[in-house]
Order: sequence, then C-alpha cells, then structure tokens
Amino acid sequence: MNEIKQQSVAYYPGCALEGSGHAYDRSTRAVAEALGLGLVEVENWNCCGAMEVKNIDPKLQTYLSSRVMSIAKEEMGFDQVMAPCNGCYHNLKKAEYDLANDEESVEVTERLSEKAGHATYKAGGIETIHALDWIKNTIGEDGLSKRIKKSLKDVKIANYYGCMYTRPRHIFPEKDQGPGSESTSQPHFMDDLLAAAGADIVDYPLKTACCGGAHTLSDSDTSTKLVVNLLRAAEAVGADVIATECPTCHSGLEMHQVRAEKVHDIKTDVKIVYFTQLLGLALGLSPRKVGLHENISDSLGFFKQKGLA
Amino acid sequence: MPIHEKQLIRPENLVTHDELVIDGVDVSGHWSTFIESRVVTDYNEDMETEIAALPGGEHIHRCWQCGSCTNACTVNALNERFNPRFWIYLIRTGMEEELLRDKDIIWQCVSCNKCTYACPRDVNPEGVMKATSHWLELKGHTEKSPSMHFDEEFAAQVFKTGKIEEGRIIRGFFKRTNQALMQDWLVEMVKRLVRHLPVKLLFMMGMANLARPKTRGWGGAEAAVNEYVAEREASNRKALGLDKEPTT
Repeated sequence: MNEIKQQSVAYYPGCALEGSGHAYDRSTRAVAEALGLGLVEVENWNCCGAMEVKNIDPKLQTYLSSRVMSIAKEEMGFDQVMAPCNGCYHNLKKAEYDLANDEESVEVTERLSEKAGHATYKAGGIETIHALDWIKNTIGEDGLSKRIKKSLKDVKIANYYGCMYTRPRHIFPEKDQGPGSESTSQPHFMDDLLAAAGADIVDYPLKTACCGGAHTLSDSDTSTKLVVNLLRAAEAVGADVIATECPTCHSGLEMHQVRAEKVHDIKTDVKIVYFTQLLGLALGLSPRKVGLHENISDSLGFFKQKGLA
Repeated sequence: MPIHEKQLIRPENLVTHDELVIDGVDVSGHWSTFIESRVVTDYNEDMETEIAALPGGEHIHRCWQCGSCTNACTVNALNERFNPRFWIYLIRTGMEEELLRDKDIIWQCVSCNKCTYACPRDVNPEGVMKATSHWLELKGHTEKSPSMHFDEEFAAQVFKTGKIEEGRIIRGFFKRTNQALMQDWLVEMVKRLVRHLPVKLLFMMGMANLARPKTRGWGGAEAAVNEYVAEREASNRKALGLDKEPTT
C-alpha cells in the first residue's frame, strides 16, 4: 500500500470531467493505467469555484479550493494533487498563493473550514500539478517514446493551452525557471509529450490565446469570434488536430465550431482532441477506451484513415 | 483642465465649417476642424474608493496608465471601445458620466488575465473590470449582466451541493435570462454529441440530471459559506453607501 501511494497522486477530476469533459476523465484514467501510474480520486471533493465563484467573492474560491487540498493532504496523506482541468489546476494554485501571501485569505479559510468541520489547509501542505506535469515528470519524453505502439507521425497537431495554465504568472512560481521548466509565454509540455509520441507538431501562434470560455453562453458572439480565430489560425498553419488540455477550452472550441457553422455559416474542419486521447491512441488504446466517441468534434474517421483507430 | 485623453473627445464635439474665413485666411473644410470645449463639473470623488472596496478593485490606485492592459486585452482586439486603461483613468479621476457611456460593455471582460500578466504595477485589471461591473450593477446604472446571472446560477449550485451539474446550470441560466433552450446551434451540438454515445452513458447522463450530484459531508460547508456570502454582500453595499446604518 505504501509503495503504491508513493507512485500515486491524489486525482482531482472536478465537475467538468463528470459532465461535458467526461472524455478527458476517461482518457486520463486509461493513460494512467497504460503507463502504470496510480491515481487515487480525492474523496468527497467539491467544486473549486471555476471561473464564476470568484466573481461573487474571490476568498470563497480560495476556501473551496483549499477544502480539496485539505482532504488530499490531511485525510488522505498525499503530497501531490493532480488536476487535468485548467480551471481546477489554476484555482488550487491561486489558493496556494493567496494562503501563503494574504492574511485575510488565511483568516477566511480558517473560519470557514472550522465551521464546515474539516482541517484547515495550510500553505505548503501539498503540491498541485497539472496532468501535463504529471506525465512529463514521472514518465518523461524518453519513457513515453519507449512505450509508443502506434506513432502519431502523420498527424499535424496544434497545441492549445488556453489562459488558466499560465496566467497570471505569479501563481506558478515553478514556471519560467530556465531549461526543463514550463514557460508561461511559450508553454511546451504538451508539445514535448506529443512530439515524443511521434506527432508532427506545427508552430501554433495562438497557443495561449483566449477561447472566451468564461462567457461561452453569456456572451456567445464574443466566444464564437474568439474560437473562429483559433480554429482558422490552426488550419492556416496546417494542423489536422487541435490538442487540448482543458475541458472548458475543449468544449468551448467544440460548441463554437458548431455555432459558427450554424449561426454564421463559417465551416472549419480541424479536429478537437484531448492530449490524453492522443497519447492513449499512441499507446495502442482503442478509440472507445479513450472516449473519442464522447467528443462532439468527430475525429474517428480521421484517425482510422491514419491507421490509429 | 487640458484634455490629454483622446477618448474624451466625443465625435459630436468635433466641428468643421465648410466655409470659414478668419482674419482673411480661408480655413474652409478640415482646416477649420476644432473640438468644442465642454466643462466637466460633476466629478464623483467617491468612485475610486468605492470600486477599490469591492473584491478585485483593491489595487486600482497603483495604476500609472502605461496601457499594457489594453494592449494585451483579448476583448479590445474585437472592440476598440473596450479599453481597461481608459476606464481606470476615468474611475481614478472621478469622471462618472464618461464611464457610464461604456457601462454596457465593461462586463464583457473574459477573464483571460492577459492584462494581469502584462501589468507592471500589479493592478489586477481583470479584478478591476469585475469590481467595476459589480459597482455599476449595485449602483443601479445597469441591469444584472448575463455574465452575473451565470455566475449567480453557478455559485448557488456550488454553495448548495458542493458541485455543479452542467445541464442544470444551462437550463437555470437560460431561464434567468429568458432565452429559449432550443436554439438551433445547441440542438445541432447535442445531435452531434449523442451520435456515437452508447445507451448506457446517455442513461447515466440522464440520471445525473435527475439525481443532483452532491459532495458528501457538504452540509457544514454550505452553512458556513452562506453565512459568509451574506456578510460580504452587506459589507459591499455598506462600502457603496447603499445601506446607511440606522442612526440611533
């Protein structure tokens, strides 16, 4: 048990991965199994606050995120919590920063945790990592390329990281630390991993541009414009696929690709696929196993044609 | 006060005479274009303090108007009227009437945080945009924005159950904003979504709609969060002078 725990991380899927991002949850678990990495789901986790609760009150978001870290650390004894969702990852990182630097956030979190009846999370208790960090740091590019069964060699991929993985920079103190670390202006972890899986990575200038995810429904026209930009730019640089690592970005791109077509008569054909689905296919998993059929963007025919499905 | 803000020049105040001769010099046409002067007297001296009292607005005083935020802004690239630097200027100088000219677009900030990333003074312009939209709503200058309706629907579910269920959020949001759920593109999206899905998964999704997902052991947190929210709402209103404490 102890040995398993050392190789495992606490897994925080978050609400989106139980709903529209279910394919991301499914492919993350499938890839973990294929790579022999342990995932133990955080017990009784709650919503991190996403992009909405902070607009009611930012300190509530800090509390919500701290509760997840408190359970993973105090009740389950983990040193790392892994969140594949950019929103969850960002909010846990933000809470970590605020609890280390802002007294008022500490006071509010203490007060709410005490009333709610669980241990108060203290800054420095647990390290939050993204699914990208998790695979990059445990398996790495070399380890990954050794395990590849079907190379992605004919697949042209634009890697799209969105906003919350790198901004604002102060909540990611481990990034921009020179060679080997992630960059906030030119993130490359997904590029590195998919390149190790054989993919033909295209130079995508909009990798950290915004998809308008915060206003997907409340300001749909803005979101559609931003998404059309992203899709057209990917096609302009020759990408077959946009690889995603965030369920909000992913479903935003899928939804507004459909909306652009139906409402504005703008048709684009680039496929939208989670990076874990791409890795899964390269590791020899079936399309069903990585949840390709759960995507709105239909990529099954494309991957069959490439001999990957 | 000299005008040093291009945006303060209103198009309707630009005057050009087709035929004009001054001291024997012909300045007809664009040679005679001038800006009609106007006097601003109704400065709102409390505006900066009030917006700074709302969450996100705390560091507005640090701004030195470099414009990095507007330069980096996602929404500004789509609509040049969306100008965070200018709004911060208006708030800090108390030019309420000028700010109100843009009251219906400030909420459109997409929270991409490119401004926060670019800002050399840690103003947190994204937070200032949220605080300003809040201020406009609380002061009654604008209706609740669609974005605020969405945030409230979302937060209410999280506070109640610890989690959200997306289908319920979408229905709740469309109901709050009086929109039809059966929009063409949404129907098309759902059609494409269910195309390959096995019956078992569809059944599970249906169940998630009926049996609301809930975080076990959330009860204590729900009470604590609700108490805190009420407290914050009261203190925000007080900071804006909306609820004067009863004088005894």
